[in-house]
Amino acid sequence: MIRIDNLVKVFGAKRAVDGISFNVERGEVVGFLGPNGSGKSTTMRMITGYYAPTGGRVSVGGHDVVEAPLEAKRLIGYLPENAAAYTDMTVRGFLEFAAELRGLSGGAKRKAVARAVEQCFLSSVLHQSIDTLSKGYRHRTCLAQALIHDPEVLVLDEPTDGLDPNQKHEVRNLIKELGRTKAVVFSTHILEEVDASCTRAIIIDRGRIVAQGTPDELGRPLEEVFRRLTIPDTGIAIPDTVKK
Amino acid sequence: MRNTIVIAKRELGSYFSSPVAYVFLVIFLLLTGFFTFTAGQFFERGEASLGAFFGWHPWLYLVLVPAAGMRLWAEERRGGTLELLMTMPITPLQAILGKFLASWIFIAIALALTFPVAVTANVLGNPDNGMIFAGYLGSLFLAGAYLAVTCMTSAMTRNQVVAFILSVVACLFLILAGFNPVTDLLVRWASPAFIDTVAAFSVVTHFDGFQKGVIDSRDLAYFLSVIGFSLFATSLALRNR
Repeated sequence: MIRIDNLVKVFGAKRAVDGISFNVERGEVVGFLGPNGSGKSTTMRMITGYYAPTGGRVSVGGHDVVEAPLEAKRLIGYLPENAAAYTDMTVRGFLEFAAELRGLSGGAKRKAVARAVEQCFLSSVLHQSIDTLSKGYRHRTCLAQALIHDPEVLVLDEPTDGLDPNQKHEVRNLIKELGRTKAVVFSTHILEEVDASCTRAIIIDRGRIVAQGTPDELGRPLEEVFRRLTIPDTGIAIPDTVKK
Repeated sequence: MRNTIVIAKRELGSYFSSPVAYVFLVIFLLLTGFFTFTAGQFFERGEASLGAFFGWHPWLYLVLVPAAGMRLWAEERRGGTLELLMTMPITPLQAILGKFLASWIFIAIALALTFPVAVTANVLGNPDNGMIFAGYLGSLFLAGAYLAVTCMTSAMTRNQVVAFILSVVACLFLILAGFNPVTDLLVRWASPAFIDTVAAFSVVTHFDGFQKGVIDSRDLAYFLSVIGFSLFATSLALRNR
């Protein structure tokens, strides 16, 4: 469903994404791992058509994201980083707005909202304004927005960020469940999530893929593999402070 | 079209779900009242027209319209919802038009609420109501031009204050280019053709006709081109993500 071919994104002098290629098929849950600033969000923003790639191609369901953006975007449900939402709206109003932009109306819209509300356990806050929600609820509201049109492709940028352990568990199960029928990519830097819900993991560092495979193929313990493959941000700073 | 309406509906709703709408409406009506009846000497003029009312609009809008429009895109950028909006299956043009129309409708509501001024003129005398209608139409286009400029400055930044100030400066230029004290200064060293060209860029020159009751297609074309150009510039500014 998702085909990424030699994707490059340059910001000024920085190559944020430097020649990434991978595919995600229906029925797969791909975990996108990497340290902060490794290019995870940038890659996801190019898949969803928010950033235009500097080089390379992305296609979703056979539609090139640059050449046929509307067709590609229709297939995607996207949870952006930090779960942005219109804070002045109620949960219901926001989900209805998302449904309408997805072309749903009348009975189809009501059904879609009800289903997303049930999937994300939002019924108790349905009439609350989003800026009064706790972080967990706010996150799930934005996730519900991504699921509203029952998309074939899900792109989730740190879907469990800021959730409590129970909520994390629920969201991981939801992702696993959704992955049976959809193509799912989600980013994280929590390694246990890879074991919990992924069929495959891709580790990236400084804009390049450094390893990919099933959690078993990557080796155990995952944390050691991750640390060996990625260069820590603070790698240069620490010796300096130690010297002092 | 459908998407434009969906976006406009949400945007208009967000005006009224926050204090912005009510503060704006009250201040707008108070200021129009003050300028028309006190500073504009509506009664002392002894004529049944709304000249004292419309004459102030280019100046009144200079502050109020950017205040009403500064949040349009800057807030989307700051809150991260721009990413949400731009990854929906809609074209940027639909989003830009939807937001612009919502804020324009909001200003139109504010303008419609000044109807007591027109009623007063009708009670006290026999004004030319065609002229009043033309004045309202011109005022609406004037506000539309300022709003489109504000859309553009708002799309350039995530900071609403910056959007506001840039917009006020740009709109001030649109006024001053045709403002008599400024054109009189130019007369000393510039050719009349040059002055006319500069003045042709001004909202004042084009708003004058409406105030006199003339709906000239050239004036309409001017306002529509300012709106069109600014919204196009908005789309360019939004490409920078």
